[in-house]
Amino acid sequence: MDCARIENLLDGYLDRELDRDVVTTVERHLKVCGDCSRSFAERSSIATAIRKDATYHPAPAALEKRIRAQIAQTTTHAAEKPRERHFKFSEWGRWFQLGGAFATTVLATTLVTLQLTRVPADETIANELLSGHSRSIVTGHQIDVVSSDQHTVKPWLSSKLDFSPAVTDLTASGFPLRGGRLDYVNNRPVAVLVYGHRQHLIDLFIWPEDAAADKGVSRTFSKRGVNVLHWTAAGMTYWAVSDINNADLEVFAERYASAR
Amino acid sequence: MPHLNAAHNLAYWLARDQHNAEDVVQEAYLRAYKFMESFDGDNGRAWLLAIVRNTFYTWLENHRTDKSNIEFDEDALASYGYDMQVVEHDQNYSVDQRLQQEDSRLWVNRALALLPAEFREVVVLRELEELSYKEIATVIGVPIGTVMSRLSRARNLLLQHLKATQES
Repeated sequence: MDCARIENLLDGYLDRELDRDVVTTVERHLKVCGDCSRSFAERSSIATAIRKDATYHPAPAALEKRIRAQIAQTTTHAAEKPRERHFKFSEWGRWFQLGGAFATTVLATTLVTLQLTRVPADETIANELLSGHSRSIVTGHQIDVVSSDQHTVKPWLSSKLDFSPAVTDLTASGFPLRGGRLDYVNNRPVAVLVYGHRQHLIDLFIWPEDAAADKGVSRTFSKRGVNVLHWTAAGMTYWAVSDINNADLEVFAERYASAR
Repeated sequence: MPHLNAAHNLAYWLARDQHNAEDVVQEAYLRAYKFMESFDGDNGRAWLLAIVRNTFYTWLENHRTDKSNIEFDEDALASYGYDMQVVEHDQNYSVDQRLQQEDSRLWVNRALALLPAEFREVVVLRELEELSYKEIATVIGVPIGTVMSRLSRARNLLLQHLKATQES
């Protein structure tokens, strides 16, 4: 293949968006073509520089409050005059029965849990975890014990539970420990370790499972950008839930498992 | 509230202004709330970011008194100062070396802010939000092939800008 065609594929190759056979073609060409190799290195450098050094602008805390207040206000306003609203076929008419207090929760959970009712029965636990994950985001209650120190998080969790989860800091692998919390899943209290990855959080749910045979990492499902991975090791069952992409979540699972 | 940081980050990089970014995000979440029924349940983040983006462009239309502030057609490239076509390879001077000579953080933020919006948005969605081409295509409403060529041109522009920064 000529250089002009390869040039057009370099960004797709860099972003891992090409089909396997095209990847092979590009790699074969890069091995023998100095110009295209240099071009690829440049594109790769500039992409890395942006990732590493461009400022990420997270939402200020006051913004969320303002949005919640405004949605609640609009909904309450609609609830005061349901009849009039109804006849106007206002979009808000659909929401007036909900009442302001529920409005923001509905927005938040609908985005995450729509259509969950249709998943197969064997994914019940995964659904529970997804609910736990989204509940923690909606309520802003993601971490009970905030610490990047595994020697703080582990005793805290152990003191609240009838088992002792393995707490490992994975900062060196790009997954710094942020803290932990308790949740209630599968009819029992469970440990949740919270790890960061760039601007995202990973919830790692852990509980002991009797007679669980070791099982490698399996992808359970992903819904609306939230991925769930599952594995068991040494009598413990692990579920990782996050909105990071599945490849990164697999790297996380592998690092966590091999760090033990 | 889901995806709020991603929404704000995109709005900030589009508007390049804190106050306007917050207005856009607030309006976008109200719209999302109104039009929840249009959500197909497939990808909440892409759906929401598409609303943020649309809200921004609507806002831009309504506040277009200062046209010099935000241009997003190719004419803007003239003010950017570089030819779109080819990146010359300078064999003696690697991109990494160039970046090391600059204050990379400062340079990157400035170069990204200077990119025309149609290129800036794909770079932000790809590098900062780590969306796939398919997700980016959903957010900005173009075919996947267009996402790839825009990203490619955006990177060309950034490379040219980096080179020009150092020659000036």
